[in-house]
Amino acid sequence: MTQTTLANPGGQKVPFNQSRRFGQVTHDAVVYALLIVLGLLFAFPFFWMLSSALKTNADVLLWPPKWIPVPAHWENFPQALFGNSQLPFIPTFLTNTLVIEVFSIIGRFVTCVLVAYAFARLNAPGKDFLFALLLSTLMLPSLALLIPKFVLFSRLDQASLVLFKGLNRNLGMALAPIRFINSPLPLIVPTYFAEAYAVFLFRQFFMSIPRELEEAMRIDGCGTLRIISNLIVPLSMPIIAVILIFTFKDVWNDYEGPLIYLNDLKKYTLSQGLAFFNGQFRVDMNLLMAANFAIMLPLIVLFFAAQRAFVEGISMSGMGGR
Amino acid sequence: MTTATSALQTPLTKKRARSTQARREAILFYVLVAPWVIGFILLTLGPMLWSLYLSFTRWDVLTPPQWIGIDNYKFIFSRDQDFPQALKVTTVFSVISVPLNLIAALALAILLNEANKAVGLFRTLFYLPSVVAVVASAVLWRWLLNPEVGPVNGLLGLFGIKGPVWFVDPNWALPGMILMSVWGVGGQMLIFLAGLKGVPKVLYEAGEIDGASRMQRFFQLTLPMLSSTLFFNLVMGIIGSFQTFGAALVLSSARAGTPGGPAKSTLFYMLYTYVKTFAETKVGYGAALSWILFGFILILTLVTLRSSTVWVYYESDRKQ
Repeated sequence: MTQTTLANPGGQKVPFNQSRRFGQVTHDAVVYALLIVLGLLFAFPFFWMLSSALKTNADVLLWPPKWIPVPAHWENFPQALFGNSQLPFIPTFLTNTLVIEVFSIIGRFVTCVLVAYAFARLNAPGKDFLFALLLSTLMLPSLALLIPKFVLFSRLDQASLVLFKGLNRNLGMALAPIRFINSPLPLIVPTYFAEAYAVFLFRQFFMSIPRELEEAMRIDGCGTLRIISNLIVPLSMPIIAVILIFTFKDVWNDYEGPLIYLNDLKKYTLSQGLAFFNGQFRVDMNLLMAANFAIMLPLIVLFFAAQRAFVEGISMSGMGGR
Repeated sequence: MTTATSALQTPLTKKRARSTQARREAILFYVLVAPWVIGFILLTLGPMLWSLYLSFTRWDVLTPPQWIGIDNYKFIFSRDQDFPQALKVTTVFSVISVPLNLIAALALAILLNEANKAVGLFRTLFYLPSVVAVVASAVLWRWLLNPEVGPVNGLLGLFGIKGPVWFVDPNWALPGMILMSVWGVGGQMLIFLAGLKGVPKVLYEAGEIDGASRMQRFFQLTLPMLSSTLFFNLVMGIIGSFQTFGAALVLSSARAGTPGGPAKSTLFYMLYTYVKTFAETKVGYGAALSWILFGFILILTLVTLRSSTVWVYYESDRKQ
């Protein structure tokens, strides 16, 4: 990056194989050789997935395989996604999923940044205990809380029905009650109460930001919220991008949650809907691979868009000048 | 913190000022963490306590839970045949896969950080596997490692190596799962990359001026600055690997017929808990199993947390 400035301070001739430039070339050669080999290894399963998605079901089990299927059966994709007449539902599934996505991302971002800042920077009695408690919530298997959480939300649902009935009677109105069962709320509401994973990750990142910049802003009379929004958040773009990517992916792929709380076809999410129509264990390997590949594509697109934050991250952290 | 005005103050008022300052900071702390505390009490504490209560009962969901004291725990530790096996499988998997994944993720992140062309392409390639839903990737790997028509054994065959039968052989089922876990390190890699991007560039420039070699810069600059990220990945890796579930369920029940097969070689702890809770509807017993796992993970995490004061470096803690 800044190697040119100090490359050859004395100006004497240096043999090429000892020069700065030679070091850079060998370095790049090694790096790219490794990247290409590893990249091929990582990409192979996807190549296999795509190649299988374009075969007939008979060709899938052929050995030696047809690595590149000719002719490619592109019709497998519409067949896998819309085959069983679920076509009219796909837009509904997509809308339902995106609603959960938007609200979850906003909730997780805002609350987790605030909580993580407090854990990273402020001192208070009981802080270590609270942090241990926060970590411990990650340690109890989610399976153990599955039934208790469902019961909790169904109780909330009943309570809300009673509450709204009373309200409507006393106020003479006809408000629709807030429902927690057969509603996306149990999937969205928890994200507004700062989830442990993201808080922990943000905290680790915030703690590696030098304090000096913050103190300078404080002397200039900036409040904590101002410091978070104008300093901490811009400096944390790489990790914010990570949380954004993870959250989007988790909601997109979540199958368990919707399965438990949503039972009306009109409220299904995309992964739930596709699983409902296709069955995760269907025998047609080619269609299964096509469906998996298709549902993955939006995630890849999002990743391509969001990864710019990593590039921008470099120039911004550069201003941590000391 | 702000020491700009303190020069004019007497020691006594200074002390008082410091204590009001501390109180103000504590109040701010509690205001900011309030969302989490409220959510914990409303949404997590109740279900946690209820599941703890259930672990002392016998409950088949249909009839009300029956209090049986510590019988579940006693039975698990003294007479349950599968409990030691489940614990062993999970521990072996974690001991191998956690360090392996950490090293793989860190190596990939550093490679990407060293490259300057087509980085986006490679970054996407490495991250891609973790985008695939767990169940779908299990289906894919079951097939990649299929002994007869799978491409992995096919490729090995080209070199004259007879590949193992993977998920059918008790000795090779777990290595198959570890291989699959390494393929999915993209998430950890991304966290490392974000950590690397957070290292101030000036530090490297200073290191270079001081004539530090690449190796020195890595061990004396990158690694310490990355230790908080490494710590996060280590803790989450331990927690995650001890709770391995979805992939194990799909792989073992499809290839070997029974969850945890062949010959209980992939009887992961959570898989065993799942079978007890949902297949045999012994919800109380399953809850007890979950709390025992919680205990194990808690101890491991506390040990890691304790050790972190020695090896994790936080820029914000630096003495001024």
